[in-house]
Amino acid sequence: MSESFSSFLYLVSSICFILGLKGFSSAATSRSGNLYAIFGMSIAILTTLLSPAVTHFQYILLAVIIGGSIGTVLAKKIEMTALPQLVAAFHSLVGLAAVLVAAAAFYSPQAFNIGTIQHINTASLFEMSLGVIIGSITFTGSIVAFCKLQGLMSGKPLQFTKQHMINAGLGLALVVLTIIFMATESTFIFWTLTFVALTLGFLLILPIGGADMPVVVSMLNSYSGWAAAGIGFTLNNHVLIIVGALVGASGAILSHIMCKGMNRSIINVILGGFGSDVAADVNMPASAQSDKPIKSSGAEDAAYMMRNAQNIIIVPGYGMAVAQAQHAVREMVDILKNAGVRVRYAIHPVAGRMPGHMNVLLAEANVPYDDVLEMDEINSDFSTTDVAFVIGANDITNPAAKKDKASPIYGMPILDVENARTVFFVKRSLASGYAGVDNELFYSDNTMMVLGDAKKVCDDIIKALKESA
Amino acid sequence: MDLNAITERATTITAIARELMDEAKQLDTITKKIIQAGGNIPQDPFVMGLTVFVLACFVGYYVVWKVTPALHSPLMSVTNAISSVIIVGALLAMGPSSSGISAFLGFFAVILASINIFGGFVVTQRMLRMFSKNK
Repeated sequence: MSESFSSFLYLVSSICFILGLKGFSSAATSRSGNLYAIFGMSIAILTTLLSPAVTHFQYILLAVIIGGSIGTVLAKKIEMTALPQLVAAFHSLVGLAAVLVAAAAFYSPQAFNIGTIQHINTASLFEMSLGVIIGSITFTGSIVAFCKLQGLMSGKPLQFTKQHMINAGLGLALVVLTIIFMATESTFIFWTLTFVALTLGFLLILPIGGADMPVVVSMLNSYSGWAAAGIGFTLNNHVLIIVGALVGASGAILSHIMCKGMNRSIINVILGGFGSDVAADVNMPASAQSDKPIKSSGAEDAAYMMRNAQNIIIVPGYGMAVAQAQHAVREMVDILKNAGVRVRYAIHPVAGRMPGHMNVLLAEANVPYDDVLEMDEINSDFSTTDVAFVIGANDITNPAAKKDKASPIYGMPILDVENARTVFFVKRSLASGYAGVDNELFYSDNTMMVLGDAKKVCDDIIKALKESA
Repeated sequence: MDLNAITERATTITAIARELMDEAKQLDTITKKIIQAGGNIPQDPFVMGLTVFVLACFVGYYVVWKVTPALHSPLMSVTNAISSVIIVGALLAMGPSSSGISAFLGFFAVILASINIFGGFVVTQRMLRMFSKNK
């Protein structure tokens, strides 16, 4: 196959990827979007396989079968609640693959038309360093994110002394090593560069806490794209550059949306440490708060109130995912709907551990797409709502974000559940949320606390609803 | 016609011819310069790549802003799958002119990229099916 013809096919493949992403603009076209992306990937792979520069088909087939079966089994078996860590794990693989391809190009430049050993084009060396650095950071950073999401590592921000200085030092070292590498093309420098970048990726994500994970996962998604683009420059392959840019842009936009959902800058998130000790000195002492009376309520009361409500808005949070309560919630809502109550769901942009996390869980539980509304669409409706049922969420409903200028979450957009006539909080305890800020709503007159595991509470409410029916 | 006149005529013609030659030479160098300049810009692979990269960033920016927030999770898993188009590089690394170590690295990279491609697309499909069946 001639080179211009394969370039043409790569172009077709790139167009398929763009159309694929475009399909995600609505649920109706999203499945064909995914098919476009699969088609684009198939064209890219077949085009490469047909080029004379590829041989060893038996090994390629073996590798694809091994990787393909692992990937398919993982994707079929994974619980939807474990989705964020699966995505983090996948990001790490892209990062590692980028490092491996860059290393392969370093050892056999002739296979990629970028020169010969010890005589690689300087531009290619630069592009190679970029690919290795971004790939390595993506790899170890995603592993840390995976461990935090999977609970293998504490979700608390881990801070150590002079952390920012060390990271800045490592960043500077990467610049210097890249320059030396471009000048000397030394194997030792190549691996030192890789090692420093791996360390930096590890240290960068370590201090970032659990609830900032939506930003981190989006950011790593973005990095994996830039890494692919970096390798695309090295190989002078346009489909890789285009896809890298698309993925990089996509991840960057998601990070931006997530940051806006928390009213924080990306720098603030990257520097990490949020939610560790801020609460203690900024807010009222915890003891003063705990003296305030709360209204505790049981599942029966909640069932009675909701049964007699006209309309209800459910506000899910990460706690619902942890308790795997999405199916129970849907069953509860079904009973209420059959009794003539209008029930909708309100989704905060940063609810959960990855962008769109709650939407996927509710979709899994067969919640109709049209019942699930974004914050901007539904926020004004709380004032005309009888019951706001907050399940496993806290900070995203805290009015302190609007009123208390001293609060660390001040300025964060929140769901205005306090405007509803009655608010039910389903929580395991009265502990403050991730941000370490006490929620004054717990002590409000129209708030009922239902303490307990989200799934168990829902099951109890279902039982109570059935009994009273 | 006398000899003098003929000589004079010939000298003039020679002078004109020489001038023409000079002009032609100048034209030639200028043309060569233009060809060089014009031919070099698209031939520099880095500049070409950068052009493609920047344009693709803009395309990505506009396409992704249109994505509905409800589908942000599937968007993330599908972008994860397509970023594994890096498999193209891994396949080339296993090519005939590669050394043993590069081929081995390539083999390993093909496995990793395949996990991602299959895993990413399958999990995306799974999620999207949930969304569409609830319509």
